[in-house]
Amino acid sequence: MSQVSESVGAPTTSGSRDLKLSQLTKEYATFTAVKSLDLVVPQGKFFALLGPSGCGKTTTLRMVAGLDVPTSGTIHLGDTEITYEKPYKRPVNTVFQNYALFPHLDIAKNVAFGLERRGVKDVKRQVADMLELVELTSQAHKKPTQMSGGQQQRVALARALINKPEVLLLDEPLGALDLKLRRGMQLELKRIQTEVGLTFVHVTHDQEEAMTMADTIAVMNRGVIEQMGAPSELYENPRTTFVANFLGQSNLIAGEIEGRDGDHVTVRVQGALASVPGDRAHSDSGKGWLGIRPEKVLIAEAGQPIDAPGDVITGGYVTDVSFVGVSTQYMVRMPWDQELMVFEQNTGARAMLPVGTKVDISWRPEYAFLLDASQDAKAGIEED
Amino acid sequence: MATIEDVAPGPEVKPRRKLTGYWLILPTVVWLGLFFVIPFYSLVSSSLFDPNGSVLGGYDMTYHFANYWDALKEYKGELWRSLWYAAVATVSCLVIGYVLAYAIAFKAGRWKNLLLILVIAPFFTSFLLRTLSWKLILADDGVVVGFAKWIHFTDLLNLVGLVDGNEKLLATPFAVIAGLTYNYLPFMVLPLYASLEKIDFRLIEASSDLYASPFRGFLRVTMPLSLPGVVAGTLLTFIPAAGDFINAQLLGNTGTRMVGGEINSLFGTQGDYAAAGALSVTLMLIILVMVLAWVRTAGTEDLV
Repeated sequence: MSQVSESVGAPTTSGSRDLKLSQLTKEYATFTAVKSLDLVVPQGKFFALLGPSGCGKTTTLRMVAGLDVPTSGTIHLGDTEITYEKPYKRPVNTVFQNYALFPHLDIAKNVAFGLERRGVKDVKRQVADMLELVELTSQAHKKPTQMSGGQQQRVALARALINKPEVLLLDEPLGALDLKLRRGMQLELKRIQTEVGLTFVHVTHDQEEAMTMADTIAVMNRGVIEQMGAPSELYENPRTTFVANFLGQSNLIAGEIEGRDGDHVTVRVQGALASVPGDRAHSDSGKGWLGIRPEKVLIAEAGQPIDAPGDVITGGYVTDVSFVGVSTQYMVRMPWDQELMVFEQNTGARAMLPVGTKVDISWRPEYAFLLDASQDAKAGIEED
Repeated sequence: MATIEDVAPGPEVKPRRKLTGYWLILPTVVWLGLFFVIPFYSLVSSSLFDPNGSVLGGYDMTYHFANYWDALKEYKGELWRSLWYAAVATVSCLVIGYVLAYAIAFKAGRWKNLLLILVIAPFFTSFLLRTLSWKLILADDGVVVGFAKWIHFTDLLNLVGLVDGNEKLLATPFAVIAGLTYNYLPFMVLPLYASLEKIDFRLIEASSDLYASPFRGFLRVTMPLSLPGVVAGTLLTFIPAAGDFINAQLLGNTGTRMVGGEINSLFGTQGDYAAAGALSVTLMLIILVMVLAWVRTAGTEDLV
């Protein structure tokens, strides 16, 4: 107990109380939910586990909370092993998916629950402070059922946060809120995390949510981590087709890898040659998927000059145009019968291209990425 | 048509809607009137009859309130015993029933439905028959008595005054309370099960996440949330148990007579309607006061 408050009160010294999962595995009778997961969550960071439902992210979270027991592997908090520690003895608290607020207790008592169980003194003042942090002071004596979803969410957060856990687990905490409220709460959560400096592990299937809040994202799929890194890194340089599709959208074009030339890899794509920076090429030979994000693709009427041209492919025509305010989204059918997505900012430099327009497309080679062709090009699409 | 009425309830629509409600409660009102209000009125009035009346000579209404005083004086032993036996049986039912309901609700898995059916199954046999078979189970030279003696359970019961001597179980207060407990157990288990079963398991997980050991979690979360079931179960057990006379008659002795038995014999054999009525109303009032006090204490209106 004293250990909890000490380590929280102290300034975050990196590395001392990192959450480490090693070879963590959870098998059920009919399937493996989590396969030999290795993961380090640095102390004081906002970490997101992102993946479609059934990818094992919630199971991972529950094992950290102690609500599920791993089949094998270990969980460490700093040097302390907590793999088989009872949930009520771990310095870890959870914000549950549907909040799981105690319906028979008022808000203040819900928030005080953890402190009272540990026999902490001074509960009243701490509860008052915490309710102030989440702006619910005036609601202290209401029952959870009398509150809106957003308020309940804040109570759930306060109830977990007041214990100053070393790790705060958030299981899809914003899933039940409507879009507008969700955006507001995302910023709020991020603000609180920065303020209290605790390690947050956030489980979500919403890639935008993960990117908005997390310092580091681990993308999970079928019980394993596909890729881990800063949001921009994952988005700009995905290593698998799953990440390329699950995090935003990608155009994946089949190509033949010609070979590595210095710090570039050359790919033959439908007759044209394209190059990919070496650190963005995740395959060296044979067939590959050349990937390019829709907003990185430049488009112009056939024969017209393209701004900042790079690798160019000609012979497409527009099959669909959607105007979405800040941008226009084109679908362009290429000569090899694949439809590519192109997002263009509505800068007003040129009128919208109507359906049927013959177009050329181009992209800067430094934004392209190259993935191994053995993967399914549709992995991660619509699995949200 | 209906949607138009919903959107714009005109002045002529409203009264008709109100009437529908009254039509719907009409059967209940008629039922209550015929089978509760009228009998209750007749019971209360008979409790004020001249105590000297008889089946042959007829009964005069003399507003003889002293009947109540006489009934209390004469049967205070039976009244007290009834409440005491019913209370002990209710507490026994609560302890046994809570464990049983908890096990069925949380631990039974796919056996849940079968176990629930088994709880109700005894109702398929007559109440009398089941109570009579307890005579065999508790028979003086039976296995149960032998075992109870061997583990000195009979000595313990003797110590707290639930048996007379330490040789037998039948025809003792213990047998009556055991019979009551057995007969009313399903009325305790079912409401308890209903309230335990609907507790969201995530709340129990949340309590354990918030530093509550399983026992503390039970005290702070599971139990308070099952309180509506506890209140319903204790009422459904205590009220009929306090008025029961079959168990006392079949499993007890002359010293274990309960007030239900007295009312039965006053009405049925002695024809003393005045005393029987006064005793019935007294029992009813005592139970009513106790129930109100209990519901107030348990404070279920606070619960969701």
